[in-house]
Amino acid sequence: MTDTPSERTEQAEHAGQAEHAEQGAGAVGAPSRRSVLGWGGAGLALGAAAAGGAVAVARSDDDPQPAAAGAGAAVAFHGAHQAGIATPVQDRLHFAAFDVRTDDRAVFVQLLKDWTEAARRLTAGQAVGEGAYGGPVEAPPDDTGEALGLKPSRLTLTIGFGPSLFEKFDLADRRPEALIDLPKFAGDNLDRDRSGGDLCVQACADDPQVAVHAIRNLARIGFGKVVIRWSQLGFGKTSSTTPDAQTPRNLMGFKDGTRNIAGTETDRLKKFVWVGETDTDDDSAWMTGGSYLVARRIRMNIETWDRTSLQEQEDVFGRDKGEGAPVGRAKERDEPFLKAMKPDAHVRLAHPDTNAGATLLRRGYSFTDGTDGLGRLDAGLFFLAYQRDVRKGFVPVQRSLAADSLNEYIQHVGSAVFAIPPGVRDADDWWGRALFSEEA
Amino acid sequence: MRAVRLSVATAAATAAALAAVTGCTEKSEAAGGDRVVEVTATDSECKVSKKEFPAGHVQLDVTNKGSKVTEVYLLFPDDRIVSERENIGPGTRQKVTAEVKAGDYRIACKPGMKGKGIRQDVKATGGGEAAKRDPRLDAAVASYREYTQEQADGTLPRVKVFADAVKAGDVAAAKKAYAPSRIGWERTEPVAESFGDIDPKVDLREDGLEEGQDLEKDWTGWHRLERSLWKDGKLTDRDSALADQLVEDLTDWQNRVGKAEITPTSMANGAKELLDEVATGKVTGEEERYSHTDLVDFKANVEGAEKSYALLKPVASENDAALTKELDTQFAALDTLLDKYREDKGKGGDGSEDSYEFTSYDKVGKAERKELSDAVNALAEPLSKLAAAVVATK
Repeated sequence: MTDTPSERTEQAEHAGQAEHAEQGAGAVGAPSRRSVLGWGGAGLALGAAAAGGAVAVARSDDDPQPAAAGAGAAVAFHGAHQAGIATPVQDRLHFAAFDVRTDDRAVFVQLLKDWTEAARRLTAGQAVGEGAYGGPVEAPPDDTGEALGLKPSRLTLTIGFGPSLFEKFDLADRRPEALIDLPKFAGDNLDRDRSGGDLCVQACADDPQVAVHAIRNLARIGFGKVVIRWSQLGFGKTSSTTPDAQTPRNLMGFKDGTRNIAGTETDRLKKFVWVGETDTDDDSAWMTGGSYLVARRIRMNIETWDRTSLQEQEDVFGRDKGEGAPVGRAKERDEPFLKAMKPDAHVRLAHPDTNAGATLLRRGYSFTDGTDGLGRLDAGLFFLAYQRDVRKGFVPVQRSLAADSLNEYIQHVGSAVFAIPPGVRDADDWWGRALFSEEA
Repeated sequence: MRAVRLSVATAAATAAALAAVTGCTEKSEAAGGDRVVEVTATDSECKVSKKEFPAGHVQLDVTNKGSKVTEVYLLFPDDRIVSERENIGPGTRQKVTAEVKAGDYRIACKPGMKGKGIRQDVKATGGGEAAKRDPRLDAAVASYREYTQEQADGTLPRVKVFADAVKAGDVAAAKKAYAPSRIGWERTEPVAESFGDIDPKVDLREDGLEEGQDLEKDWTGWHRLERSLWKDGKLTDRDSALADQLVEDLTDWQNRVGKAEITPTSMANGAKELLDEVATGKVTGEEERYSHTDLVDFKANVEGAEKSYALLKPVASENDAALTKELDTQFAALDTLLDKYREDKGKGGDGSEDSYEFTSYDKVGKAERKELSDAVNALAEPLSKLAAAVVATK
């Protein structure tokens, strides 16, 4: 039993203030917002954090959160784009795919509204509904309670709509052309039970319990309307959207993702990640400001990899293991000289120059899910990539990777693709409003 | 918004927040009525807003204005505990609720959670019984009591058919009689379990044996016989003795079921517990691991839950119409789904218990089990809110 007002609740008050500040700034996309709210908000945030609470920073349209706000802070839920994409990558992941179990459009829309309200509270560090205690003793509490006393931990909740959702609720016409069913790629060994889904929610946080709490409570709210199809925990980030931070290593011990799109690179985000007005027609206009997510569960044969000589490991990636420098270069961030690499080196085949410029915002996490029953860890990379158009992003890159020498050590065992709608603008807005509202 | 968060909300210096606080406070007081006692605990005092309240569903709204963590008790005059709440921190509010009959009671605050506490004598007024309960709830309890007796009365003859077949060494007949003999028990299991001693004798599963308990000597009841019938495929003298024992234990149940403590809350919680039984035992195929007759138990559990719900619905629908609408939908959905596995559906015609022929659970595939599990979750989640909807004071 908690005997004092929880820290989460106090923080939520601050989060609420930040949110109001954002709404008060006028129309979304106003040019003055960045200077007023982005960095100004950060100053306010740091001041308040020093005073003992973590705070939500008002999120301007294209800028991510300043990472300086610290691991305990709240990330603002409202914005032109959903948080959890350009946001500096948090340490932990709980990702869940859902299938819809109702054919009543009104019931499903109400769920999206209920989820949005819960997400608003969860990301601010508040308990869902009427909280985890103090309610009627005869009823189970609305909130499951395991996040009481924990900080908001930069929790972001990002929703996506899978291709199969558009077979329901008369949505077929609204399915964007860019939301393709992924083709079969060489080497795919996909498990149906770990693939697809009508919906997804990506929960990222610096505290694993905060991420799991969020998914668990959303799933609970969804009972009777949606069911969990599969879910994936990620214990460590493998990508960074903050170039000044050290590039994380994957379970093979390599830095992969050095050239990732940074959350501050507004131009590259616009070019490669956010769906623009010119990408949509009347039926798919609801996606403007959104993105597309490809999720792949990539099993790594880490035991055989670990028996591989250093020379081969470095040849496979095209980088050296210690510094992460491209072949023939001295520093990690030196421009790669692709022709110096083996023709089947991973970096060479994945590089934009090899793929007509195709560039992905990567946000993957390492996982180990127990063992495979054969004395080996069921470990690997849960690959998450955001892009403006899957046909010009993941598909050409993955086709190019058919020749990747890394394939000897990895296998794609799960796959899903989702349309990520734009952000929730304000307190009256909700996830998917533009898709489900007739007037939109 | 709950009172417990209001103290925090007050810190928000916005007019909107303050308005919300006021609104909520008024609402909670208005909703509470006569049976809400404000208890203000300090390090040296235990103040109560009233010393008399009507018997029934009583709520103590505790505010700890002291500097120490406190506990609050509602006690009988002889210090037996009616209800309690521990760990109420300084500056926080908590609720203690209880169903009380008319009589003398004490409210005790224990600052520092030590000693006998600071006490206040209080009185619940009204008739001899828990007063002023909605008469429809009394009727619901009476109907449910009848139902549990009917189920026990109806079970005994079926158990005797089963026991006789076992004693005759007729494996085929015993197998046939096994699942039907369990239906009445499964429908009212939470009441049967409330006696504590009967359930372990008749319905214990192999994995329920405790350390040191012997599989041959200490394990009795349906599932022991299930193992003999389906796993061993033969019946022994020991099984005959077990069959007699089963009849004896269930006769004990039949004789005692009329005296079970039943309240509207226990009925609602019992309905939820029946779904818990389905979720943890039947959907997984653990309950009937040898006979694979899990779907018969499943159906009986759902029917028992549906019975409680139907009796409580008139009151629950007034307090929470959205909840009962959802429950109607989800009960219907689960029943429809179960009918897919009912091989005699439409053949027996009269829906009598004898025609409960369900698909053997080992023939139900992984995807189908998930579908059943999803339907159970969809029902159990709203069902967990039924108790609160039944006791809600309007």
